[in-house]
Amino acid sequence: MIQPVSPLLKIGLPVAFGIIVLILWELIVALFDIPPAILPPPSDIGARFAASTGILWIDFVQTVIKGALTGLVIGALAGLGAAIVIDASPFLRQGLLPVANFVAALPIVGIAPIMVMWFGFDWHSKAAVVVVMVFFPILVNTLAGLQDTDRMQRDLMRTYSASYLQELTKLRLPAAMPFIFNGLKISATLALIGAIVAEYFGSPTRGMGFRISTEVGRLGIDMVWAEIAVSAMAGTLLYAGVALVERWATFWHPSQRRR
Amino acid sequence: MKRVFPVLVVVACIFAIWYAGSFLMNRSWVMDQAARAGTVPAFSEVLRDTMNQDRARLPAPHQVAAELHDGIFDKKVTSKRSLVYHGIITLQATMWGFVLGIVFGVALAVLIVLSRIADLALMPWAIISQTIPVVALAPMIVVLANAAGAGSLMVPKAIIAGYLSFFPVLVSMVKGLRSPDAMQLDLLRTYGATRAQTFWKLRLPASLPYFFASLKIAVAAALVGAIVGELPTGAIAGLGARMLIGSQFGEPMIMWAALFAAAILAALLIWVVSAIEQVAVRMMGARPV
Repeated sequence: MIQPVSPLLKIGLPVAFGIIVLILWELIVALFDIPPAILPPPSDIGARFAASTGILWIDFVQTVIKGALTGLVIGALAGLGAAIVIDASPFLRQGLLPVANFVAALPIVGIAPIMVMWFGFDWHSKAAVVVVMVFFPILVNTLAGLQDTDRMQRDLMRTYSASYLQELTKLRLPAAMPFIFNGLKISATLALIGAIVAEYFGSPTRGMGFRISTEVGRLGIDMVWAEIAVSAMAGTLLYAGVALVERWATFWHPSQRRR
Repeated sequence: MKRVFPVLVVVACIFAIWYAGSFLMNRSWVMDQAARAGTVPAFSEVLRDTMNQDRARLPAPHQVAAELHDGIFDKKVTSKRSLVYHGIITLQATMWGFVLGIVFGVALAVLIVLSRIADLALMPWAIISQTIPVVALAPMIVVLANAAGAGSLMVPKAIIAGYLSFFPVLVSMVKGLRSPDAMQLDLLRTYGATRAQTFWKLRLPASLPYFFASLKIAVAAALVGAIVGELPTGAIAGLGARMLIGSQFGEPMIMWAALFAAAILAALLIWVVSAIEQVAVRMMGARPV
């Protein structure tokens, strides 16, 4: 058996790896004398970050909280609800599953300019893009998850004379949980991409995508990297939140067991 | 027939909703025009006008179809207005990114499954890499690729596409390589199998369904990456650039045609990958489902 890893190592190793990369970055920039307009050293980016927390916070609220998070919640709930409704009807399932599978694989970011045209420049259009982007991964994953019970388990529920609702909440939804969380993890990363892409097609004078495109134009590359750092932290927190809930909700799944 | 019928019904419903939507969304413009001209249009006139606007809020399906047909079949392939021309440019970046993503994703997954240290040190960063919205990184990748001497936009676009497509492969492969349960692993231990034998004879075959399932996602992600890579990089050719041009010049038809061209391209790519998957699964000796 493999020994369990101490929590210290679990956090220490990735942090150490990250620090090594940062030191290498700093050294390479200094050694090859790379101009800051191409690649600023991490120390410059850190200084810029500390100096402009106010702007970064405004951009964070605009893009992540208003755009991505609102869209993610609405899209996920809609996808989940739609999946349960579709699953109840074999006709709808047969008809919609191929269509939903097809749409889920399409480059839905392409609707960003259309949503900006429909809902204006503010965060509503960003949230709308995110809703459509996350709806189909959640729908497809939930539908697959709801099918992931075998005949024996369903027969057992029937011998208990379980109602449709009982079978759904006690057997099929729990069985679908790993799939739903897979969909949510995909969605969490898609949501930020959608919110930022939509800002390239028009935004008010705040937001991470807006800031990045204007700062690239003024060669404020250190500010761009500071925004990248913010988006990385936001995305990681979002993903970590989903993963934490997953661990709590699907502790019984083989992939979650301690090895 | 039994399986096609529900799909046809659903698709028909979608078209009906689409037509109803374009009627409702375009009506206010028609009413505006009529009010300005001082006329009260009959319902049939409103209906006709909502279906044939050049700058409709929601163009009707037949308008999009006509624009697509025009862009794909009527323009010469070399023309800057041909969707085939732009599609091929996006497709090239997609394929390079796809290959890059598979190689990188599989290599990283094998490393993570075989080495505890790599698992602990790299997996968090692989996840973080995806939570960094690639659109934010895209301008930086272009700047760095140019500084490194890549002449065209193809290199940064392929990197962006690969950046998006390696992750589904990595996650699925890690899951797949770990999918053998304790019973199967114990069995191999009773056979006295080495780590390498366990890997080649149990873990790798067990991961193949996961691998192919991830390929479909990866190729779609690579296409998204290639399109997204065209947005903030000042590209003038490619489907993403077409969308940007349509948005900037207020030409919705260009946006819609580019969007559907991208959808058709995605469908073709996924179809090809599924065909490859089926052949591979059959060669692995799986029973046809």
